[in-house]
Amino acid sequence: MTLVDGAIVVLRVVVPALILPALVIPLVWVERRVAAFIQDRPGPNRVGPFGLLQSPADIIKLFTKEDVVPAATDKFLFLLAPSLAVFAALSTFAVVPYGPTIRVAGKVIPMVGADVSVGLLYVFAITSLSVYAIVLAGWSSNDKFSLLGGIRSSAQIISYELAMTTAAAGVVLAAGSFRLTDIVAMQEGTFRLLPVVPRWNFFPQVIGFIVFFVSAFAETNRLPFDLPEAEAELVAGYHTEYSAMRFGSYFLAEYINVIVASAMTATLYFGGWSLPGFHPEGWLGGLLGLLIFAAKTAFFVLVFIWVRWTLPRFRYDQLMRLGWKTLLPLSLANLLWVALLAIWRTSR
Amino acid sequence: MSDGVLLTGGAGVLFAVLAAVALASAIAVVVARSPVHSALFLLLSFVLVAAIFILQQAEFVGAVQMLVYAGGIMVLFLFVVMLVNPGVTRSEKSFQHQWDVAVVLLPIFLLPFLYILGTEKLPDVPVKAEAFRMVGTRVVGNTEAVSWVLFRDYLVPFEVASVFLLVAMIGAVVLGKRSLEKMD
Repeated sequence: MTLVDGAIVVLRVVVPALILPALVIPLVWVERRVAAFIQDRPGPNRVGPFGLLQSPADIIKLFTKEDVVPAATDKFLFLLAPSLAVFAALSTFAVVPYGPTIRVAGKVIPMVGADVSVGLLYVFAITSLSVYAIVLAGWSSNDKFSLLGGIRSSAQIISYELAMTTAAAGVVLAAGSFRLTDIVAMQEGTFRLLPVVPRWNFFPQVIGFIVFFVSAFAETNRLPFDLPEAEAELVAGYHTEYSAMRFGSYFLAEYINVIVASAMTATLYFGGWSLPGFHPEGWLGGLLGLLIFAAKTAFFVLVFIWVRWTLPRFRYDQLMRLGWKTLLPLSLANLLWVALLAIWRTSR
Repeated sequence: MSDGVLLTGGAGVLFAVLAAVALASAIAVVVARSPVHSALFLLLSFVLVAAIFILQQAEFVGAVQMLVYAGGIMVLFLFVVMLVNPGVTRSEKSFQHQWDVAVVLLPIFLLPFLYILGTEKLPDVPVKAEAFRMVGTRVVGNTEAVSWVLFRDYLVPFEVASVFLLVAMIGAVVLGKRSLEKMD
């Protein structure tokens, strides 16, 4: 491996892993400004131009505050849980293709961290670990509010993961592959019968998309499904006992999860970096693909924020009923529909 | 054990480390005093077994192991354990009332087991990594290889097993419901 190859690997793998947490800084600002806009108030606008420096100021505050570890906690698990949250959030993005495979100066550069054959299964395996960050925080804090948050989180994840994976199974069935680059590749171009409509999975699998996106809110613990946190009932839920940057790392993980969930939605149902008629070539094509991917992801991030400040929180029994009795049957119906489509396509 | 390429060199060292830690954490499941710690050691053991699968180039089985056991079953375990919250087992003798019976039974089960382990020839680890991704003579992905075996070669046993699991699940629900009705 030459020095150039090494540099390419660093660019492919390390840079996205660094950019992702850095994106959280402007994202928190966007969330607070959009929230303020929805609630008809100015929002943070004092620190720096348009209040842009508010987030960096908050981060400095979080890092310099005292890190309190309560006496009656399970110390090892209490300290482990926040880093587990950030680990799970960051490593999910490793297999998401954020741009096309480009050819620059005779070198083939796939714009994805690791193009593994079981990519989608990897994503679900790692996101299913993120629940432990919450459950362990809830249990090790030795606090009844934290414990309630942790228990809620485990029940919530079990109910929604099933619907989410079954919905995504429709995409796998259509693509015939777990590899995310294959899933993007099959969505390039337009439908043969309707040449103006892009071949995105969204159109044949709109039910699957709805189930996946609703479940994504539950997986990221965002309103209307933020019951593990539920500040009106549980003080702050699983992170009640945390302080300083350990508390902050849960927020870091939450916002990274929002970005990754949006990126996954864009990849699975909206063609990832591809657009009909866009055939990337060279580094400019790569850059354009990256921008298309970023635009699609940013759209869903904004939907996440919009929904959070629009919908009220679900009650616990409503949340469970929606997961088991509505989303799961819908996702199974979607799977059946996609299977019929696949049979029809192969029998022609 | 044969000299399969999968277990030699760096992969062999990695396998030994992963297997040793997996076994140690499996012992810790039984030894740990707190039920939550037991559950977490079991989780660690599952994750390490998944890592061993991936090391053997069976990435589909490894991912499913993570998804089903680490992500599903262990979350359910922890949910129940935290809901009941039995606390730390304090009494050291609480599970050791019948140690005299255990001492008698141990050799009866251990000796035949060791005998079989010593004399029986264990199946060889395939020499080539491709063995895990072959369908007949074609080389396909590990996922496809597993699905061919599951849905063609062993379709009937697979379906029968899933019906059994369904029966067990419905049975559990019926039993649970009955005891609830009695309470009312």
